[in-house]
Amino acid sequence: MEGVLHQVLSGIASGGIYASVALALVMIYQATHHVNFAQGEMATLSTYIALTLINAGLSYWIAFVITVVVSFILGVLIERILMRPMNDAPVLASVGVFIGLLLIINASTGWMFDYTIKTFPTPFSGGPVLFSGYVSGHELGSTVVTLVVLIAVYLFFRHTKLGLAMRAAAFNPVSSRLVGIRVGWMLALGWGLAAGIGAIAGMMVAPIVFLDPNMMAGILLYAFAGALLGGIDNPLGAVLGGFAVGIIENLAGAYLVGTSLKLTVALVIIVAVLVVKPSGLFGRTVMSRV
Amino acid sequence: MNTASPTMRTFTLGLAVWVFAAVMPTLLMSNYHLFQLTMVVVYAIAILGLAILTGFNGQISLGHGAFYAIGAYVTAVLMYQYNVPYWATLPVSAIVCAGVGFLIGLPALRLGGLYLALTTFALAVAVPQILKVNALEDLTGGVQGLVIDKPDPPFGIDMSADQWIYLFALGVGGLLFLLAWNIVRGRTGRAMMAVRDHALAAEAMGIDIALLKTRTFALSALYTGVAGSLGAIVIQFVAPDSFSIFVSIYFFVGLLVGGVSSIAGAILGGAFIEFVPNLAESVSKAAPGAVYGIILIAVMFLMPSGAAGAIGSLVRRSFRLGTKSAQLRATEVGGASARNVSAAAGVAHGAGSDAGGSSGL
Amino acid sequence: MSALLETKGLHAGYGETRVLHGIDFSVEQGGVTALLGANGAGKTTTLRAICGMVRITGGEILLANEKIDGKATEDIVQRGVAHVPDGRGTFVELTVEENLRLGAFLRNDRVGVAEDFERVFGYFPRLRERYRQQAGTLSGGEQQMLAIARALLLRPKLLLLDEPSFGLAPLIVQEIFGIMHQIRADEGVSILLVEQNASLALDIAEQAYLLETGRIVVSGLAAEIRRDDSIRRSYLGY
Repeated sequence: MEGVLHQVLSGIASGGIYASVALALVMIYQATHHVNFAQGEMATLSTYIALTLINAGLSYWIAFVITVVVSFILGVLIERILMRPMNDAPVLASVGVFIGLLLIINASTGWMFDYTIKTFPTPFSGGPVLFSGYVSGHELGSTVVTLVVLIAVYLFFRHTKLGLAMRAAAFNPVSSRLVGIRVGWMLALGWGLAAGIGAIAGMMVAPIVFLDPNMMAGILLYAFAGALLGGIDNPLGAVLGGFAVGIIENLAGAYLVGTSLKLTVALVIIVAVLVVKPSGLFGRTVMSRV
Repeated sequence: MNTASPTMRTFTLGLAVWVFAAVMPTLLMSNYHLFQLTMVVVYAIAILGLAILTGFNGQISLGHGAFYAIGAYVTAVLMYQYNVPYWATLPVSAIVCAGVGFLIGLPALRLGGLYLALTTFALAVAVPQILKVNALEDLTGGVQGLVIDKPDPPFGIDMSADQWIYLFALGVGGLLFLLAWNIVRGRTGRAMMAVRDHALAAEAMGIDIALLKTRTFALSALYTGVAGSLGAIVIQFVAPDSFSIFVSIYFFVGLLVGGVSSIAGAILGGAFIEFVPNLAESVSKAAPGAVYGIILIAVMFLMPSGAAGAIGSLVRRSFRLGTKSAQLRATEVGGASARNVSAAAGVAHGAGSDAGGSSGL
Repeated sequence: MSALLETKGLHAGYGETRVLHGIDFSVEQGGVTALLGANGAGKTTTLRAICGMVRITGGEILLANEKIDGKATEDIVQRGVAHVPDGRGTFVELTVEENLRLGAFLRNDRVGVAEDFERVFGYFPRLRERYRQQAGTLSGGEQQMLAIARALLLRPKLLLLDEPSFGLAPLIVQEIFGIMHQIRADEGVSILLVEQNASLALDIAEQAYLLETGRIVVSGLAAEIRRDDSIRRSYLGY
């Protein structure tokens, strides 16, 4: 029983990270109907930037904030330069561009920071702390951070004018233009936000899995599974899906298939969702028009 | 269907290229260069498999490395554990991969464009992990993998093993390319492209979409699987970490750069992914990825039908070839082609309206 | 009587297809102008061209003597043009409140916006009732009201209405047009009304233009057109 509790709490901690990346994916999907295959690489790059800043002597939280801001800007730039022309392109072409982006960022990261595995510091020190040792300091801190981020994003979208404009632009770009919203910039903002969220997720996961250029590949997979499980056009669903995947992954890894096959669990979830209910638990049914 | 000049022209050209490729390098090249050329053939076959599925049938796969891995491991295990001769492993690999492809094709039926890309991407990421699983370690050699012997030329012919493998691969490749070319030119090929361009209309015209798509998946997996087998024989080594997500991604890049729905493009793609890393790696370890990415994006923006498409239009313009040869290359990826729909259903030209748009998401 | 909106020799179309073949018309300041015609005549294309949603291939459009052809939709909206598109363009996933707030997106005067909200609820009390409801669950008539309300919240100089009667039951249409009479009297906004229902449109408009396959074939005072039997029978079908 205690083992289960430990796995669940651990699962919530990692789930928070998957939920964040899933949210980033869904934000971009909702606005553009594209899946950002390069999301993981962007987050990895951000994490390396953070490490560079920390190694240069900056305190953790200052490096954290700067990294998020820089990532935001990078996201905006990528959207404006690369993604704008791809808005009406056929699916295959846009997938090609995303994969190309994945390769470029992955290569750039490797080139700038080399391929050796690095450790990444956590600001939440201390070994197993709460609940009689079931949660480490970092797991708790990471969960809190991701929850804060998710809640902040939620509040932003629900209760600010800009958030409303971004949602409108994602749902109905034509009508949005008719009320004066600059849809292009809303998309860019969405990308920036997604990049920022990804950066935070990267910085939270790096202390656990260690930092190397391919760090986020597995995380991206879990995030996909979470986003699909919750509904790829539903931000709240995606977040819940991310947490669910975290818990399922940990429980399955501990009791079912062993830790070496955890990625396969994600794959199984993805296939199961897409076969049984492609719109996910909370998404809208996808219809194809004649 | 008119089977006169253009088809004979293409066949003769292909045959000439194949004979040239068989003779000249074998006589002139060093073992190392032959090895590289052999890998070009291997990758070309792998990419051809992907072309069949993605280019001609519109099902986007970012996970074909999985089939490549399965083929490689089938061959390696049969050779290492059961002493099966190398050439005999190919048919087994073909059948196994076709079977797996068919099985994967079944749930894939429900997925369009993006979702399928996503799922196959997930599959590719999970492959190394699956290969390392403890339960199969005795068979697969676990993390260390398996080392297999290089085959000797048969009948004691006086040539190096590298020369023989090259010719062997070229022989298998030639057959596979010929087969693919025939399929794509015929009724099945038209049906595949009809389903790619406008699935609902194709279905309304009587094409059994489910059967077609799963069979195409199986065929595609077969090709890439056999390529994997050949690859294993050439490299003499299989290990889980050789089959990372990047194998699938590189096949995808090779496909798009070489020419999405082009048979000849698969050869260009194969050459691309064999030689670019060699050239780029002298700059830095990271360079190949960056070069791939930049070229891929450039191709998507500037020549979406890849190198083959660009060369094809250049050749057509210079020699003013007819449009018959264009029928095989639907250069508009995702664009509708009423011709294919009606031709596949055996209906006369001009029927049906062109509604545009790609199938799935 | 100066013209708020003027088109001169306007040509427009979608891709290869040309829809408008050089049309000239104007909307007077503070007046209602009706643009009539059958399906496919180019009425919707005209409104879209004014809003920069369609490619203009020739001629020009002047808003308060400023050239707006070629400008982006958002820029034209900023100059006080509110467009209620065919199909209403409701943000169906958002609530009524959010739809209305989006109407006032470009405005910074909170007091003015609050006043306008009240005025709009005065015209369409049902919207106040359904304030927090998801817009997609509203009936067709209510969505039309919502779309008009949203447009009014811009405090536009020019209101473009694309077939407000479309797909609605006659009773609802009457109700909406009744409210439009009110709006027109109170707001002082100039209106360009596109309608297939000619009698309703001619009832509320001062000027009218008749569009046929991209060309204006009849133009004049709405009252006169209404009285002219031959025009009514040959072009307007009643």
